[in-house]
Formats: sequence, C-alpha cells, structure tokens
Amino acid sequence: MAEILKVQNLSRHFDLGGTTVKALDDVTLGLEEGKILGVVGESGSGKSTLAKLVMALDRPTSGEVLLDGQNLFAMSPRQLCAARRNFQMVFQDPYSSLDPRQTVGTIVAEPLHLDPGAPKGADRREMVGALLEDVGLSVGDLTRYPHEFSGGQRQRIAIARALITKPRLLVADEATSALDLTVQKQILELILKLRAEHGVSVLFITHNIGVVDEICDEVAVMQHGKLVETGAARAVLDHPQQEYTRQLLSAEPTLEVIGRKGRRVASR
Amino acid sequence: MMLSVQDLRVSFAREYGDPVEVIHGISVDLEKGETLGIVGESGSGKSVLSLATMGLLPRTARASGKILLDGEDILTMSERQLCRVRGRKIGMIFQEPMTALNPSMRVGAQIAEGLRLNRALSRRDARAEALRLLEMVQIPRAAERIDSFPHEMSGGQRQRVGIAIALALEPELLIADEPTTALDVTVQAEVLGILDELVSELGISLVLISHDLGVIARIADRTLVMYRGDEMEQGETEQVLRRPSHEYTRKLISALPGRVRASLEMSDG
Repeated sequence: MAEILKVQNLSRHFDLGGTTVKALDDVTLGLEEGKILGVVGESGSGKSTLAKLVMALDRPTSGEVLLDGQNLFAMSPRQLCAARRNFQMVFQDPYSSLDPRQTVGTIVAEPLHLDPGAPKGADRREMVGALLEDVGLSVGDLTRYPHEFSGGQRQRIAIARALITKPRLLVADEATSALDLTVQKQILELILKLRAEHGVSVLFITHNIGVVDEICDEVAVMQHGKLVETGAARAVLDHPQQEYTRQLLSAEPTLEVIGRKGRRVASR
Repeated sequence: MMLSVQDLRVSFAREYGDPVEVIHGISVDLEKGETLGIVGESGSGKSVLSLATMGLLPRTARASGKILLDGEDILTMSERQLCRVRGRKIGMIFQEPMTALNPSMRVGAQIAEGLRLNRALSRRDARAEALRLLEMVQIPRAAERIDSFPHEMSGGQRQRVGIAIALALEPELLIADEPTTALDVTVQAEVLGILDELVSELGISLVLISHDLGVIARIADRTLVMYRGDEMEQGETEQVLRRPSHEYTRKLISALPGRVRASLEMSDG
C-alpha cells in the first residue's frame, strides 16, 4: 500500500550556547494510507518536535518529510500553503486551541481559505453543519461559542476543523490527554469512525501506551529524540523487543493487584 | 474516625434564579491511616467535595450537613479556626504543580514558608527541614535542587515538591486532587509510588481524587464513585472494581484502556 507520509532521517537540533540538544535525532518512519500510527514516548522524547516538523511548522536540521512523495521542505511557500489542506492537526488542549471570540461555525470553516474551490455562503454553512453532525455535535452549535462546550465537545470541534478540508493526514498531538477517561474513549471511537468513513490516515502522538493499544495499527516508540522500536502495534505491545518499551508498558497502571493491602500481600 | 462527611449538600448561588445544588447528600467516612479514592468524571462534584473539606468553598457556595475532622465540624468553623486546620491538620496536593507553586520563589523557600510561619523555625532550621523533605520525596541531588526555581524542574519533580509542601507540617489528613493527571505515565507511576510510601509510613489518612480508576485502584483501600453530585456506590476498592453494583461504575471500567481491563479480568479469581 502507498505511504502517505514518509519521514526520512529527520533531525532537529537546538543550539543552546555551546551545547546542542538533539530534540530529534535521525528518525525514519512511514505511515501507510488509511492507517493509524501511534508515536509514544515520555516528555522530552521528541514526539511533539516530530509533529511540528510533519506539520511544516518548523524546519529540520537535516532530513526530509515526504507527504504523498512530495518533500514539504522543498516546496515554495505558495505550494506549501496549497498542500496544507491535505494535512491538518488536532492539538492537546481544547481550551487554548479554539479562539474564544469566534463562533463554532467560523472556527470550523477557517481552514477552507486553503481551498480556493471551497463552497461559500449557505453551501458552506451546510457543509460545516454536516461535519459537526459527523463528529457528534449538531447544526445548532454553529452559532455558539467555545466556552459553551465541555472539554470533550471542544475537542470534537477541533477535530471538525481539522477535517473540513478533507485532509488525507491528521496529526493528533496528545489529543485525548487532557480529557477524562470516559470522554477519551468517546474521542478515540470518533477517530476510528472518521477513519472508516473518510479513510483519513492518522499520526497519533501520545505518552499513553494504553491509548496506542486502543486505536493504532502501527506504533513507533521514541526516547531522547531517537526511535527505539517500531512495528505493528499488537506485536510491539505484546512482545516488546527493547528494554525502554518494556519500561513504558510496566509503568502503565494495571488492576492485577488492587489497593495497597493487596500489594503488600502480593510482595510477601 | 479521621474524617466523617455526613449528608453533605453544596449549592452555588446564581445571579439570576435559584441556587444550583451540585452535591446532593454525600456521606463517607475515612479512618486514620486509610486511603479513600474518589472517582468520577468532570462535573461529578469530587473537587467541590475536596474544597469543602479544606473549608475552601467560594463565598457563593452554601453547604449543609457535616464534615467532621477528628470530631470537629469544618462547616461551622470560623476562618481563624480554619487557618489552624489547613496545612497543620489537612495538607493538600493540587493537580497542576506549575500553577500551584510560586514561579518566582525558590522551591526550598516555598517548602520552608509554612514551617517558618507555623512552627516559628529559624531560617536555618527551616532550610534544613526543607532539605530533609526534598530528600524524603526522592528529589535527586536535593542539596543542589533546593535553590531551583519551579520552571527549572520537570513536571514530576514539581509535583514531588508539592508533596513535600503538603507534608511539611505533618498533617493527619492529606487531600490529593488529581495529583498525577498532568504527568506522563512513567512519571505518574513514580509519583504515586512515593505518595503511597510516605502516606503508609507516616500513617496519614489520604483522600485521593481522580477520574482514572487505574490510579485509584493502585492505592485506595476504599472507593467512592460519584456522578453529578450523587454517590453511585462506595465500598472496598477491590469489591467496587471486581463486582461493581452500579451501572455507572461499569461504564467507568469500560472506559479504561483494553490492556488495563484485561489485567482486571485476568486476575479475577
């Protein structure tokens, strides 16, 4: 199957007066059309730097990001702008990523300026309304403001905004980390549904390996800017080859032993 | 009995219309040295319950019922009495250590602040005590880190400083409201481990509030499940997780990642 996204020997170094921080160090990975790739690692592992580069919001020290075979960093500003409708992003904090002074209708329709052929007027409103229903909101929400919504609903608005240009790649950076577990589950289900209906490929960045297990086909484990392990999610999670992956897995809460008393007995 | 909440109701006055009741009669007890987990999603009233226990409800709130701390009712105490309770008898750990700590004050001074005010320690003694507390929460190279500012520390270290501040005055009851929610999974496990160890060692009662049943299951002896200001169920954590008696608890369990759920089923014997 064709690779929608290819990251090739990508590095991003920061010079901090004498010392160099290798935020991203020679990372190579690929995402096949219609798949969900989870990038998992702790704070400082370079996963958000990766997301920024894939979104062309930053320039690499070396290496390439190919979207549909096109190198993002070899494009002219005009070409890049035109290409942007094909890759969109959902951010972590649904409270800071939506403009509080704009209505939901305006927020969701905003990326349409990337598409010169986008419908206008009533057609545009209809298009935005249909998408809101797609993500589990309603047409009536078009004229409301972000503060009227809960965290989970706001994240649905952010997802609708990311999908309005019918992108082929969605980059989600810790998109469910600020949400309650019950709401997280709803959002994960929504992403799976949208993938099934629209065939969108997803780069899903998270520190939570449990979430990877829920929705990802492939997984890339990162630590200190380097790729530690990559492969099919099932295989990597069930049979981790690297010590660091095992560490991440064992840090996850489990319910084998419940409560302190249970653990004291178990450790005896 | 360390803490006894009896038929607590909390309502908030509104500019227009009748007050809104957000906690509809909660009763729960906590023994000395015991850990109580309170679990529920946003809007379940778990944070309002913890604020009420600290006597920190905003002015627009009205509370009825009783919150007995060592037999004394928090709800009828004067602000002066409450000031003697907060910090000394009840310590609190907040969710977001970056906003809970003072960004312009070195962490050692922040830990020492309460010691100097409440125990009238000298500057030197308070600093020595702050260092001991930093070592207790396992901050590496504590002697150097004591002069760090919060922004120079990682999220996990900041939250350990938060724990050190809460434990500085040796409270008998500790309230931790989503103490690990802002942290990575690996750091979360470390911080929970440290918290659990200290609370057990010092024999402190702990109220642990979280939306994550996985966190609650780790250290809570008993668990209260809340939804929209009502109790759904309470009991031994083991009982609540393995044999939930309420539909909502089953929903919370089903929201856990599949791997975690599998570990629950596997171990059910």
